[in-house]
Amino acid sequence: MKIVIALFCGIIFGMGLALSGMTDRMKVLNFLDVLGAWDISLMFVMGSALLVTIPGFYLSRRKAAPLFSDRFSEPTGSVIDFKLVLGATCFGLGWGLYGLCPGPAISSLSYGRLDSLLFLVTMLGGMTLENLLSHRAGDNN
Amino acid sequence: MLNDYTNAIGGGLLIGLASLFLFLSIGRIAGISGILWRSLSVKSGQESERLWSIVFVVGVCFGGWFLHVIADIPVPELVTENRWQIALSGLLVGFGTRLGNGCTSGHGVCGIGRLSLRSVVATSVFMLTAVLTVILMRHFLS
Repeated sequence: MKIVIALFCGIIFGMGLALSGMTDRMKVLNFLDVLGAWDISLMFVMGSALLVTIPGFYLSRRKAAPLFSDRFSEPTGSVIDFKLVLGATCFGLGWGLYGLCPGPAISSLSYGRLDSLLFLVTMLGGMTLENLLSHRAGDNN
Repeated sequence: MLNDYTNAIGGGLLIGLASLFLFLSIGRIAGISGILWRSLSVKSGQESERLWSIVFVVGVCFGGWFLHVIADIPVPELVTENRWQIALSGLLVGFGTRLGNGCTSGHGVCGIGRLSLRSVVATSVFMLTAVLTVILMRHFLS
């Protein structure tokens, strides 16, 4: 059941990314370019997603457990530290350089382009690098 | 032009619904960078975690293709970029999303959706940095 649900949610999520324009990296760069070609339409993507998730997550707190699993696994960390800010800064830099964030990077693979593959491979490389460094630092995340 | 807005709203609603349904049904947060990492990491004892993560990632890829098949929306035009710039961007996105524990979906859609202050901070920081990067690249370095 878990597998079927994960597949279903993944497909809907991917369709949402493609429909919204998030897989169009030039559109994303135009959205981020507030001093130039500013295309504000992408603001409505996160906006309308939050319109669903904010009340949805709020109401889900009334339930003791999810439908097909024994517990909700929510992130418990609440510390705002240097690691969080440095990570978000690196991510923002990378996002602004090419216009793809992880979700659209996966969806874009389906367009069969070498550029998307290069992006995904180097992104996985960056993830591996972070994992190696944080393990070396004795941090077992 | 109007289509851009309706598509953005429609796409955002689908993303929000998929995230909420994943949470309500199996209790998981739809953070793509984390799910992608878990789909590939080989920690023993977490095989079932790994399996649903792989299936989810495949779904995101398939869904991206499928939308263009069923809807009258063309596949985005290919605009190539310097290979080194793509590679540097990929490295930074991968490194940053792991270090900061999330990306646009995990922090932006789910984290803010859960009213997590941590996610509000992370989202503000990466949005601002991305905006500054694009301004720098387009208006000062080109």
